[in-house]
Amino acid sequence: MNIIETRNLTKTFTSRTRGKGAARTVEAVKGVNMIVRDGEIFGFLGPNGAGKSTTMRMLATLLVPTSGQATVGGHDLLREPSRVRERIGYVGQSGGTESSLTGRENLMLQARLYGLSAAEARQRTTELMETLELASFGDRLVKTFSGGQRRRLDLAMGMVHQPALLFLDEPTTGLDPQSRVHLWAEVRKLRSAGTTIFITTHYLDEADALCDRLAIIDHGTIVTEGTLDSLKRAIGGDVIALGLDVQNGSVKRAQDLLLAQPYVRNAREADGGISLVVEGGESALPSVLRLLDGAEMPIRTVSMARPSLDDVFLHHTGRTLREAAE
Amino acid sequence: MTRVIRDTRLIFAASVKETLRNPVWVIVGLMQPIMYLLLYAPLLKNVPGLGGDDAYNVFVPGLLIITALFSSLFVGFGLIEKLRSGVIERLRVTPVSRLAIVLGMVARDVLMLLVQCTVLCVSALFFNFRPDVLGIVLLYGLMILIGIAMASLSYGLALTLRDENALASMANLFTLPLLLLSGVLLPLTFAPQWMRTIADVNPLAYAIDASRALVAGTTGDPSILIGFAAFAVLTGVFALWVTRSIRHAVA
Ligand SMILES: Nc1ncnc2c1ncn2[C@@H]1O[C@H](COP(=O)(O)OP(=O)(O)OP(=O)(O)O)[C@@H](O)[C@H]1O
Ligand SMILES: [Mg+2]
Repeated sequence: MNIIETRNLTKTFTSRTRGKGAARTVEAVKGVNMIVRDGEIFGFLGPNGAGKSTTMRMLATLLVPTSGQATVGGHDLLREPSRVRERIGYVGQSGGTESSLTGRENLMLQARLYGLSAAEARQRTTELMETLELASFGDRLVKTFSGGQRRRLDLAMGMVHQPALLFLDEPTTGLDPQSRVHLWAEVRKLRSAGTTIFITTHYLDEADALCDRLAIIDHGTIVTEGTLDSLKRAIGGDVIALGLDVQNGSVKRAQDLLLAQPYVRNAREADGGISLVVEGGESALPSVLRLLDGAEMPIRTVSMARPSLDDVFLHHTGRTLREAAE
Repeated sequence: MTRVIRDTRLIFAASVKETLRNPVWVIVGLMQPIMYLLLYAPLLKNVPGLGGDDAYNVFVPGLLIITALFSSLFVGFGLIEKLRSGVIERLRVTPVSRLAIVLGMVARDVLMLLVQCTVLCVSALFFNFRPDVLGIVLLYGLMILIGIAMASLSYGLALTLRDENALASMANLFTLPLLLLSGVLLPLTFAPQWMRTIADVNPLAYAIDASRALVAGTTGDPSILIGFAAFAVLTGVFALWVTRSIRHAVA
């Protein structure tokens, strides 16, 4: 079963520019087609402004798509938004808890708004505060929480009504490494309990560590979608990163030279050097070094690895994720 | 319908809690009318034609009305903050009644307003303020109407403008001329004809006249009916507007 299916989901924003009369349009999401399966952690990876939040907010009934269709939790997004809302939980990029209420009061209110009775809400709140380890600070006002504590409360808020599908928009941005790992563990626990999780991130390691399947989005378009393994395998080989002396403008020449070799699948300029995809890295590496040495192109650094998600991103967009963020 | 009532009560209770936790608001909200009473009313006492000792029976009713106006016209700031911090977005994903979000907050605003006015009335008793009992009960009804109208207007503006500065400018744009033309700070007996003409169509001026008549116990005064009717209409219009805006903005 697919818990999410989208067909050509599109969102174009029209914003009036202050002063000048002309309206500016931003095509934030351009025809997204994707599938999220029941019970998986699905990652949505992309640089700032790629359209991750916009897509998620459409799927969570917060934004009306400009065009396209989607079913979420078995219900049509446009025709039955309230049925969709019953099945989903949503934790936005900025959280949205009341800072003048305590953690417990926030959870109580959220539970009651989802239709639980006072007694049920109290029980559910206590339960969540225990499982998410909010108990030690949950009775303080939210404005006194640390970033990590607040994010854990946000997560609890999204889980109050035990939704089948939970949307998390960059749940770990700004957290220290320990809090991130802690949150990942909670997300995995949720999946084992049968919840499907749709998570956006611009961290490669997060996508790598957490997601069963993912889609990479750039400039509003999905550039590739699949399991981590299949995405990496699709690159077809090992990745060699060469740091060259850029001063003598040798990058372009080296790239041409390398592309002419039969074992080189792909060679791209990246971070002032070259990123190569080669067949059989172990045997190709010495040849590469000899080749460039013979052409008198000084190599400063060499590293070889199995393809990472960054390579996947580079392969599909021609940029590294770090470059895309700049 | 039961959903709306239930959700309104929940939002109302949470909003009251939030407000009470903000001691600055509570103190400023209660101090403001008392400041007027202590620092402004004595000035009026010696203005000829305002009836010396009776000054408070003329001034306090007006003060009650502008308190209703001022304290409710700025409640939209809270909503803008909630729009910005994602609180409203979180609420929109829940099945909460959209109408209840506004109703709950308006109910809180009206409650705060009534507390403020009660503090004002009770303090004024020490200054020889002697209102008619039936009149003051009716006056509370009028203030509830004004509170709902102004809070709705403020939330409607907040949802439309979505910017604190724009809201502040708008609110100030409304209040100052309305206030000066209402005859609350100085009676319009001394005003030139054109000002009095404008005052004739200023609903606030009617509300203030109505308020004075109620306090004096002259319940037959025509301004009472006009004041109630004017604000009933305004309340209807603004409430309808904010309901529509929240359904649009927060669909
Ligand atoms: N309400 C809006 N009005 C106009 N443009 C918008 C609006 N919301 C988003 N955009 C634009 O749409 C594009 C995609 O934004 P979106 O928030 O979906 O990106 P994102 O992938 O979530 O980025 P980030 O990682 O920074 O959160 C951006 O160019 C953004 O400026
Ligand atoms: Mg985002």
